[in-house]
Amino acid sequence: MTEESSNPISEAIKSAIAENPVLLFMKGTPEHPGCGFSARVSAILESLDQPFAAVDVLPDPRIRQELSALSNWPTIPQLFVDGELVGGCDIVSEMYQSGELQQALGLEAAESETPEPEPVQSAPLSIENRL
Amino acid sequence: MSTTPQELKDRIEASIPGASAEVTGDGRHFAAIVSAPAFRGMSRIAQHRLVYDVFGGEVGNTIHALSIQTKPSEEP
Repeated sequence: MTEESSNPISEAIKSAIAENPVLLFMKGTPEHPGCGFSARVSAILESLDQPFAAVDVLPDPRIRQELSALSNWPTIPQLFVDGELVGGCDIVSEMYQSGELQQALGLEAAESETPEPEPVQSAPLSIENRL
Repeated sequence: MSTTPQELKDRIEASIPGASAEVTGDGRHFAAIVSAPAFRGMSRIAQHRLVYDVFGGEVGNTIHALSIQTKPSEEP
């Protein structure tokens, strides 16, 4: 593995991943996402009140190129937790729905304060009075 | 030259042993549901990589987006 160690973009990506426990590479920003998949992942993190760092890959095409080369993952968004690639939009959505994402983020598995299911109001007896 | 869902399905099934795929799409954006015995014991990331690897550099380029759902299946 002879690696050109003098690639500033690749180095910057590596240190961003190492320094930010929850890091999202996305198109656009959480406030102004540039694509539906990026919007979805950032909305999921926000709905969990999970603080995260975000990198917009759009300003320089080399960011995306170097990121995909490093992560061996072709698409954007990419969510990293504790330095590991968790996945893109499909995986993150699936994990969010199953509760695995909350677990991976170390969030309380949403101690579901399951509200008592509303007792189904049985339809009032409809008595046909034939008297 | 656009790609058809059928073409993607055929390539996935040809590349991943025992795989069966359902692919929908409009020529640029696709969604694939893939089941294969090879997925068993693999992390989700690894399963999705296996599918992405079928298309190499095409994903993100000619294949603008490929949404993937993977399911490990029983050995046939």
